[in-house]
Amino acid sequence: MDQELRELYQQVILDHNKTPRNFKKLEEANHFAEGFNPLCGDHIDIYVLVDENNMIKEVSFQGSGCAISKSSASLMTTIVKGKKIEEAEEIFDKFQKLVTGVEISEAEMEQLGKLAIFQGVKEFPARVKCASLAWHTLNAALKNEEQSITTE
Amino acid sequence: MRRATESKDIMETTLNIKKIREDFPILQTLVHNKPLVYFDNAATTHKPKAVIDKVAEYYLETNSNIHRGVHLLSQKATSEYEAAREKVLKFINAKKLSEIIFTKGTTDSINLVASSFGRAFIKEGDEILISYMEHHSNIVPWQILCETTGAKLKVIPINDDGELIMEEYEKLLSPRTKLVSIVHISNSLGTINPVKKIAEIAHEKDIPVLIDGAQGIQHSKVDVQDLDCDFYVFSGHKLYGPTGVGVLYGKQRLLEQMPPYQGGGDMISKVTFEKTKYNTLPYKFEAGTPNIVGVIGLGTAIDYMNGLDTENLFNYEHELSEYAHEKFRNSFPGLTIIGNAKEKTGIISFILEGIHPHDIGTILDFEGIAIRTGHHCTQPVMDRFGVPATARLSLGIYNTREEIDYAVNSIKKVYEVFG
Repeated sequence: MDQELRELYQQVILDHNKTPRNFKKLEEANHFAEGFNPLCGDHIDIYVLVDENNMIKEVSFQGSGCAISKSSASLMTTIVKGKKIEEAEEIFDKFQKLVTGVEISEAEMEQLGKLAIFQGVKEFPARVKCASLAWHTLNAALKNEEQSITTE
Repeated sequence: MRRATESKDIMETTLNIKKIREDFPILQTLVHNKPLVYFDNAATTHKPKAVIDKVAEYYLETNSNIHRGVHLLSQKATSEYEAAREKVLKFINAKKLSEIIFTKGTTDSINLVASSFGRAFIKEGDEILISYMEHHSNIVPWQILCETTGAKLKVIPINDDGELIMEEYEKLLSPRTKLVSIVHISNSLGTINPVKKIAEIAHEKDIPVLIDGAQGIQHSKVDVQDLDCDFYVFSGHKLYGPTGVGVLYGKQRLLEQMPPYQGGGDMISKVTFEKTKYNTLPYKFEAGTPNIVGVIGLGTAIDYMNGLDTENLFNYEHELSEYAHEKFRNSFPGLTIIGNAKEKTGIISFILEGIHPHDIGTILDFEGIAIRTGHHCTQPVMDRFGVPATARLSLGIYNTREEIDYAVNSIKKVYEVFG
């Protein structure tokens, strides 16, 4: 396989695509948002349970999308669970930099942890939206924006 | 024996296709270090060198604004522009030049009709009839018209093979139906609709018919008098011509009753602040400086098509389509083709079980293969078949059996990654 392709479709990404984590409806959620990528028809629902200390206690997702968007959503849920809202927002900010090819420091990279596997996405401009759809939707859910969000 | 004769015929045709391929310089491009295999012809086709040269020649030697110019270059530009109108007329066998209007493309042509025909003929309670397999460009303009007038949009259902249900069509025609607007060939299913029959049925009730020929004009011989449609619309860029230019064919009787779409230069015969007298057809609908080079380039694309044996070419495309369908159907158990109409053109929309079309598209891209993935601007079709998206190959005159074999082989790589 071509090197660039291999970096896009890393084993962890393929694994999360095949068996996504937290792939369910969260009945007790108190935050919710729906995200669309109208160009490709990707659709994601994000459910979040935030406690009184602004901590993300539970987070889950449902929907359909490509391997990049699905695995990104899956990994996101595992990363932000147990984090404060502000922390999750910070990670999103860095993740966005990572996938759009903005240079980030080593410290920032460290904060991204497992999410670093998405750095191959920056070589595929058409796929950046796939990687960031879940994050945009989580952001909307945390802000409890009523309307559905799109990546356009 | 029959097989041997068939393959000989195909070999002979392939020789011609080799020659055609040489006419399209872009086919020499390498994509990710592999020869380009272009299967995205329903989105746009490539341009033969003749068209590219014509566009360059126009800017190098002719460039001027058309109509009303007394200088030589303007006269030359005007005559080339109007010559293109004659080429379109002959290509679709229209009766009069006044019935050929140049637009920006199919979408623009439909919007022109929705706006202008709408203002002339559509009022509250009227109905416009489209089908389930329309491109968004043949849905949204009518929705906008319905919102402003209070008219209703009615939709002809399709069956599981992606064919129009003709009995339902007849049932949906009512005394309130003011226009039927139907796609000639579906861009996401490949279905060839019986547009002549559709027009005939509507005309029994005096209802005009618009045919969206965006995918029809390049894959079949279009004769608007034989089809007897009231409007036929298409784009230049899917007919091996430049982008940003298209055609609205309309019967003069209707076009005359329709008010202008846009106001401006060229569409008037006399302007005062009190009242403006509009120009005659077709200029009434061509406000402002048009896409002159686009129109002239489209004329050259039509010359190019005429220079080929189109009947033989359409047969070749049909054979190639059959071959591709057979190959795709029989190669992978997890592959499903969406759209299996009996009358079908070279559009293969497919899904692979458990693999999203986008991932297919990215992996094929690395093999040099250009396909389209997504909803193809036909979301209702995707909903109808319960899929969010498909991967789509769409064939053009320069595609070959070898390229199809290569694509089938490359799908194996998709399975290697996701298997």
